Amino acid sequence: MAKNVKPRVRVPKKAAKGDIVEIKTLISHKMESGRRKGKDGKLVPQSIINKVSVTFNGKPVFDADWHPAISANPYMSFFAKVEESGEFAFKWIDDDGSIYEKKAKITVA
Amino acid sequence: MNINWRDSAFFCAAIVALLSVFATSADAKDWGPYQVDDRRSGYTFMTDESRAMQADNFQNPGMLWVEQGADLWEKVEGKANKSCSTCHGESGESMKNVAVTYPVYDQATKKLQNVEQQINHCREKNMEAKPYKWESGEMLSMSTFINYQSLGTPVAVKTDGAAAPFFEKGKAFYNQRRGQLDMGCKHCHEDNPGGMIRANTLSQGQGNGFPTYRLKWQKVGSLHRRFRGCNKQVRAKPYGYGSDEYTNLELYVKSRGQGLPVETPAVRN
Repeated sequence: MAKNVKPRVRVPKKAAKGDIVEIKTLISHKMESGRRKGKDGKLVPQSIINKVSVTFNGKPVFDADWHPAISANPYMSFFAKVEESGEFAFKWIDDDGSIYEKKAKITVA
Repeated sequence: MNINWRDSAFFCAAIVALLSVFATSADAKDWGPYQVDDRRSGYTFMTDESRAMQADNFQNPGMLWVEQGADLWEKVEGKANKSCSTCHGESGESMKNVAVTYPVYDQATKKLQNVEQQINHCREKNMEAKPYKWESGEMLSMSTFINYQSLGTPVAVKTDGAAAPFFEKGKAFYNQRRGQLDMGCKHCHEDNPGGMIRANTLSQGQGNGFPTYRLKWQKVGSLHRRFRGCNKQVRAKPYGYGSDEYTNLELYVKSRGQGLPVETPAVRN
């Protein structure tokens, strides 16, 4: 597992039915591209997060495949329409198979 | 009246020239706290996107270091069985506005001491723990966390009294030509701010945003790392992290930005 990986998400606590809300995510990760050479002149092996998926109450709402050109500590935001109260579940998948997870609730009035 | 077309063309050109003079003066943006007299924070040289990134606490990747620093603040280490919070209290408040005066003159070592050196001094003397390695994740987190508690407070370093000889040395370093390109700090940051250096805009080289999240570095870096980078770019041999030369220079650089708000963690490209 890559070192010091810490996911953060920001989801509004409350929204009205049918609102479009902005959801922000940030995860600390070195996102080593695999194309950089170390001090010994050899390539540093690739180590990135290659997939992000977000579900709302178990249903998929957002999926992204990430590639080596994504910067370190990737920030990602997207918009979603909410019709009911529930929970967003965020999942980042590392090259080495580790999974970083985070959840956030939203109340729809 | 006999007006020939060359005269009127000249007249038009003169008006255009005059208008553009007015246009530029009207164009001079009000930078609010990011400008004090003729000193402008690096913030004012960035793109709107980078500025938005810095302003949003969530989007600013430097905040990851702040959070990690807050965790380290509570971590008990060393033979004395202490953490930072044992002496200094709860994290987040006790170091408020402390960093704005650094580097300061230290009686014990009879030298200047900056925030990083103060952290290690505390670790060695009070915690009896191993000092952090300069530019390590821990050191950057701790110094970012401490500087962050002064966010928005104007830089106020002391350059007189005991600090005066060090200030003079820093100033001399700043103006001294060095390296194969034979350039001093001054030749870019005092004579040519706003100009281009290859694809980058030159800023005034202010230190108020450090430790800064630099997009090129993809992480937070210290002011001394920036000094080393600049020295390498003029093909000069860089001094070590935390060397006396750089700490003196740090005082001079901070004094140039006297009154600019601390922006740690600033976002720069």
